[in-house]
Amino acid sequence: MERYEADTTISYPCVGAAGKTGGWRDFKPVIDQSNCIKCLRCWAYCPEGAVLRGEDDSVSIDYDYCKGCGICARECPKKAITMERED
Amino acid sequence: MAIKDLARQELMHPGAGSCPGCVDLLSLRMTLKALGEKTVLVIPASCTASIECSYPKTPFQVPVLTMAFAASGAAASGVAAALKRLGDDDVNVVVWAGDGGTYDIGLQAMSGAMERGTNFIFICYNNEIYSNTGIQRSGATPFGAWTTTTWTGKSEQRKDMLGIVMAHRLPYIASASPSYIEDLYRKVQKAASIKGPKYLEFHTPCAPGWRFPMEQTVEMGRLAVECGAWPLLEAVNGKVEFNLRSKQILDGKYERKPIEEYLKAQGRFAHLFRPERDEKALAEIERWLDAEWEHYRQLASCGVAAA
Repeated sequence: MERYEADTTISYPCVGAAGKTGGWRDFKPVIDQSNCIKCLRCWAYCPEGAVLRGEDDSVSIDYDYCKGCGICARECPKKAITMERED
Repeated sequence: MAIKDLARQELMHPGAGSCPGCVDLLSLRMTLKALGEKTVLVIPASCTASIECSYPKTPFQVPVLTMAFAASGAAASGVAAALKRLGDDDVNVVVWAGDGGTYDIGLQAMSGAMERGTNFIFICYNNEIYSNTGIQRSGATPFGAWTTTTWTGKSEQRKDMLGIVMAHRLPYIASASPSYIEDLYRKVQKAASIKGPKYLEFHTPCAPGWRFPMEQTVEMGRLAVECGAWPLLEAVNGKVEFNLRSKQILDGKYERKPIEEYLKAQGRFAHLFRPERDEKALAEIERWLDAEWEHYRQLASCGVAAA
């Protein structure tokens, strides 16, 4: 990535600017793939972008950065996402 | 516009420092998807600034100019002028300010940039409080809401910010909600396609600030629209049109849900119901809401804002 000289402070983009935010979770979303209709609502409504959209519009969770808010489980029209307590 | 048509490209890296379930971040992620890489953001003091200023790292993949609270509009004019001089006319200059940076502290700079005709989009994400500094009241806080500075409930109604902006006679003004994500996405793209100053306002429920569980953030935004506490509208060259649920309410095809459903779902209004019902405050909320919808009806029928 191109870096600039400047007389001011510059932050540069990176994954996990606030660390591995997945560690904030109390509950983790688990997708029942057999029930998924690939409507992508979980992907669209995840604030973090931690629901990953595959080439074929299948979805999976990026557990390194998912904060476990549970919006995906509430927005899933097929109730295919359940929130399970972290060990 | 369907969810499948939303851009795949992510311009926010995961692992940002926002609270879990924050729809400010959701709106930001969607806005950047809609605008694409050729975007420069100006962000005054706000929750978003704290997401962005995790020096030396940032989750943003587009250039961001962090700005003083009161100066975002002026900074946007400067950025737009510099880009014009460099011949980079096809860059979206976007201010991303909270309700404090729009309704209160950022108002004069925003108004100035609009009056100068700066080619930019001013986006206000409205969580109805100063949430970053610890839930203080703002000009956008609704009547009756608890905050740390209105601990018996706010005694004034919120400002009519859309009315103030409409008085600037902008080519495009819209209000949206991240709970209606396709609508929000479409409005951002529409704003980007129009030259001149544009104003968008997103209603972003704040789980810690409004005192409700974080998984309900998107539902709370939807409930706000269904109860009529937030309108979805757009105004092209002053012609006001309502969208989705808000249009259905005006057309009489959908009955506004009782506002108490919305109030009871949030801890910030709990004192209106416990230990006993505050009938006076609840009646004032109903009265204001009815008056507000009468005003919306006039806006929609006369078709010209702030005429």
